[in-house]
Amino acid sequence: MQLQKGMFRKEYFWKWLISVCGIIMIVITIVIGAFLIYKGSYTFTGFGHSIGEFLFSAKFSPNDSYSGSNGSVGAAVFIVGSVLTCGLALLISTPFSLAAAIFMTEISPKFGNKFFQPAVEIFVGIPSIVYGWTGLTVLVPAVRDVFNLPYGNSVFTAALVLALMIFPSITSVATDAIRGVPSSYRDAAYGMGSTRWQIIKNVVLPAASSGIMTGIILGLARAFGEALAVAMVIGKTRVFPKNIFSSTSTLTSVIASNMGNTFDGTEYNSALWSMALLLFIISLLFIFLIHFISAKGEKKANGKD
Amino acid sequence: MEKIKQAKLEDKIMTIVFYIVAGFFLILLLVFASYVIIKGFSGATSQMFTFTSKGVLNQLFNTIYLVLLSLLLSCPLGIGAGIYLAEYAKRGKLTETIQICIETLSSLPSIVVGLFGYLAFILMTGMKWNLFAGALAVSILCLPLITTTTFDAVRALPDYYRYGSMGLGATKWQTTYHVLIPSCMPRIVTGIILAAGRGFGEAAALLYTSGMSTDINWSNWNITSPLCPLNPFRPGETLSLHIWASFTEATAANAKDIANLSSAILMILVLMFNITVRIISKRIDERAGGGK
Repeated sequence: MQLQKGMFRKEYFWKWLISVCGIIMIVITIVIGAFLIYKGSYTFTGFGHSIGEFLFSAKFSPNDSYSGSNGSVGAAVFIVGSVLTCGLALLISTPFSLAAAIFMTEISPKFGNKFFQPAVEIFVGIPSIVYGWTGLTVLVPAVRDVFNLPYGNSVFTAALVLALMIFPSITSVATDAIRGVPSSYRDAAYGMGSTRWQIIKNVVLPAASSGIMTGIILGLARAFGEALAVAMVIGKTRVFPKNIFSSTSTLTSVIASNMGNTFDGTEYNSALWSMALLLFIISLLFIFLIHFISAKGEKKANGKD
Repeated sequence: MEKIKQAKLEDKIMTIVFYIVAGFFLILLLVFASYVIIKGFSGATSQMFTFTSKGVLNQLFNTIYLVLLSLLLSCPLGIGAGIYLAEYAKRGKLTETIQICIETLSSLPSIVVGLFGYLAFILMTGMKWNLFAGALAVSILCLPLITTTTFDAVRALPDYYRYGSMGLGATKWQTTYHVLIPSCMPRIVTGIILAAGRGFGEAAALLYTSGMSTDINWSNWNITSPLCPLNPFRPGETLSLHIWASFTEATAANAKDIANLSSAILMILVLMFNITVRIISKRIDERAGGGK
């Protein structure tokens, strides 16, 4: 009986401990969110700037002071910079990712399974700083020479670096999505005399569309949150880019290069925190979008069956 | 007839296009990897392979030490949370909340985690930049990865493992500890290695937590001294931060070569880790497929 008592005590102890581990996950998330909201909202509550100014004004010159709102905290340039670079990166990366994913699953599944997919998946893990550094030493001079520009740091260069970086992420999710399409779909279409390209275009891609969208959004989220690789190649000018070959700044690059020069609690510091809060909100939005799309995809799949 | 011909032609053209695109990207990735590695080592001097301020081995040591520290923190917590979700949690509001939280954590931009770490572990504790704060920040990034792999691994175990163990009179925890965890250990290890790989390359989260300087003395083994290599409360620059530093500061004349070498070492580390994961998971598949 003595032994059994000890046994049950152990049982409860471990159950308690494991539950605490689960709860800690919630605590960490809430603490991070709360800190971000607390620090990020101070620009608006403590310094009296309006959210409209933060989102839509292009004038960014906050002061290093602890009180009063003498400076301006418009982050529109950085928001536009982020959206433009990531959008361009996605435009470059998506067609190639899709083509690679289709090649791996539909055209040469044997080679794709054995060699291509492992190679792509390994590249998901390459540190972004390596992409950034290679972009800085190789792409920046190359873009400068090819397009005859005074400087190679530009939105286009940053988009190229990001595109290369998110290509493996999108490809591996899209591959899984396409592989998940039941082969009966393909067999039916083949039976009707379709060519392979017709099947890919009209059957496989539509059936895998929600999975592919998830991959694209995951890639977009990765690109949006990337800081240092972008900061290395985009230049540091704080004006709207005239075209894709001029340099600008993004939300992440501004935080990364300026946070170290500010003091905690100043207007400048708070403005940077507000941008971090904005990044947090955007990443939540991406999660919501993924859930929405996959729920829709499931509904469609269930409705058809 | 014309239509069929056209469809066939289109099919041929698209097949060629797919071959070209896929081949192009495969070659691009391989060229990228070999370029980084070859470039790094071709510009290296013997001085760079020393434990001095001109070498990169101190940074390599910092990187490995920081990742180990962060794994020490995130492994028990992540594995615990994964097991809780898979075995103990009842379906309901709490479990859902935890899952949403994990998803939120995994999608946090690393610069945001870095800022949070700067505020919570540096400013609020009043410490200087240190390795331990960096390890905490990296743990936040590793946690969701370890938790989800553990959760998936435990969930994937067939129910008769549980029935068999409980039928012999084992309690729930005994079943979990003696049967479930050992049988999915290889998969959990895969997750941990992937998390470590992520830690190696992390830079943005460390920018304002672990500091950009390394000042250690390899003959000093007093762990409370800020010069001791093993003291976790000293500033420690990792390899990836070293690359960033040579972009922003570029103090040394050969900063470019040093950064090239650092990139090459990082690349090799990550490739090594990922290939190890491949080999392990292949073994698991073989065993599950009836090889043993």
